[in-house]
Amino acid sequence: MRALGEMTWVELKLFAREPLTVLFVLVLPVVILYVLNGVFGSQPPDPTVWEGFGAVDFYTSSYVALVAGTVGVLSIPVHLAGYREQGVLRRFRASAISPTTLVGAHVVVATLTATVGAVLLSTAAILGYDATPPRDWPGLIAAFLLVALAFGALGALLGFVLPTARAAQGLGVLLFFVFMMLGGAGPPREVLPTAMARIGDAIPVTYAGDLMRGPWLGKEWDLTAAAIMLGLLLASAILTMWRLRSEESM
Amino acid sequence: MDTAVTVRGLRKRYGATVAVDDVSFDVAEGEIFGLLGPNGSGKTTTVECLQGLRRPDEGTLSVFGFDPRTEPAQVRRVVGSQLQDSALPERLKVWEALRLFSVISPGGPPWERLLDEWGLTGRRNTAFGDLSGGQRQRLFIALALISEPRLVVLDEMTTGLDPAARRVAWDLVAAVRERGTTVVLVTHFMDEAQRLCDRLAVLLDGHVVARGTTAELIASQHRSSVVRFTAPAGADLGFLPLVAGVKEVPPEHGGEVTIVGDGPLLARVAHALVDRGIEPENLRVELPTLEDAYLALTTTTTPMIEVES
Repeated sequence: MRALGEMTWVELKLFAREPLTVLFVLVLPVVILYVLNGVFGSQPPDPTVWEGFGAVDFYTSSYVALVAGTVGVLSIPVHLAGYREQGVLRRFRASAISPTTLVGAHVVVATLTATVGAVLLSTAAILGYDATPPRDWPGLIAAFLLVALAFGALGALLGFVLPTARAAQGLGVLLFFVFMMLGGAGPPREVLPTAMARIGDAIPVTYAGDLMRGPWLGKEWDLTAAAIMLGLLLASAILTMWRLRSEESM
Repeated sequence: MDTAVTVRGLRKRYGATVAVDDVSFDVAEGEIFGLLGPNGSGKTTTVECLQGLRRPDEGTLSVFGFDPRTEPAQVRRVVGSQLQDSALPERLKVWEALRLFSVISPGGPPWERLLDEWGLTGRRNTAFGDLSGGQRQRLFIALALISEPRLVVLDEMTTGLDPAARRVAWDLVAAVRERGTTVVLVTHFMDEAQRLCDRLAVLLDGHVVARGTTAELIASQHRSSVVRFTAPAGADLGFLPLVAGVKEVPPEHGGEVTIVGDGPLLARVAHALVDRGIEPENLRVELPTLEDAYLALTTTTTPMIEVES
């Protein structure tokens, strides 16, 4: 437990020293929110787009989901794949730091980072653009934690499967833009061409946004979205464990 | 002396490639044991199996009585290691690395002491990525010692270092042994092995081709030594082939006399020369080095040589 605590603290400091991920996770979403609000902010709620919600209300939850998703598909895999590539993982294993401790530390750091990003973003949206404050706090926190953990587990899996940090970064940036443009944080789903809307239906960040909009805006929980996020969490965790085990027995 | 490490009949294959094939050796407590061999001869795989980082296919291993296969946690508690091709996160600072590893492997001295001991105090706040090769090695050795291990495995620790940094690294290894720690040193530098190792094993294609002390290994390959000197003008050297132990006196080359033989060759040749009033200033003996023995061992196919008493 002390090892996990120390590892988490060290990883947190390392994360803060990594400018690229700080930029993608903490700064970029706020900037895009600013731009999108400038474009759509003055429109009254329109039943044909954003599921009938106001633009800012819809986007704020989508961006919180995007922040958690970015930590998962970009920052964790780049870190872990780099560790394996440079031999950091071997170094740790030889000193009795189990990969499970390392993954645990990364998921905790990812969740903390996503939380900071989410708080930053929602504060900006609520204070600056009159977004609706969360209606159901405990529900929103639970939904957010599920989302952050699911993306954290996905990130750990990607980090142990991708061969190099470069590959992880390439895939991570690609996924970031797909998540942003098609996962509810870009043009409204209702105006996307069918093929793109299908892609949007296939990526987890769409459901992460749907899940959080329930408690946030005081509407019903999206149980399909909850099941999908839970499934992502379990599948990623099991596959990561399996991957680590096969590596241990080399 | 007690046995620190026992390896018997170790085998390990990766797919169709046999990396280690029936390797056996013992390491006594408190000694520096060298594992030598060309690249790909199975040295690293052997020490990785010892540390429980790889699972051997066959054979028995014991590290201070613990089996790395079934008791990897206990083994890692008594073994410190410096791994080949390993690194730390680029942006991790020296003091953070020492602190992290001391929390993970408790039981050693305060990490601040190691910072001092290995001359890293001035680099305390430097990120790993900004350290020089020699500083990285010092940090790795400090990390290997952080839990006061009984055995330290050093895998090619001087590869990539400049000559001055290599000398420093050698002194560090000697200092580790002074503390009473057993050292397994993996290297392909013969000068390093000759200088540091008490005993060693030479691996070739996954087999142990020789085992013993440095002197035993050299003697097993080269029984002759060579004496050379510059002949004074007009001196009659016809007596040289008759000196005891001399086997051969090849024709001289530009005044340089070469004598091949065995036994205390230098003393006998010197005695014979002085007797006849010849006193060359550059009389010297060239003893075969470990490198000569190693090259003889690894470039010809010889049967297993057992030189241990």
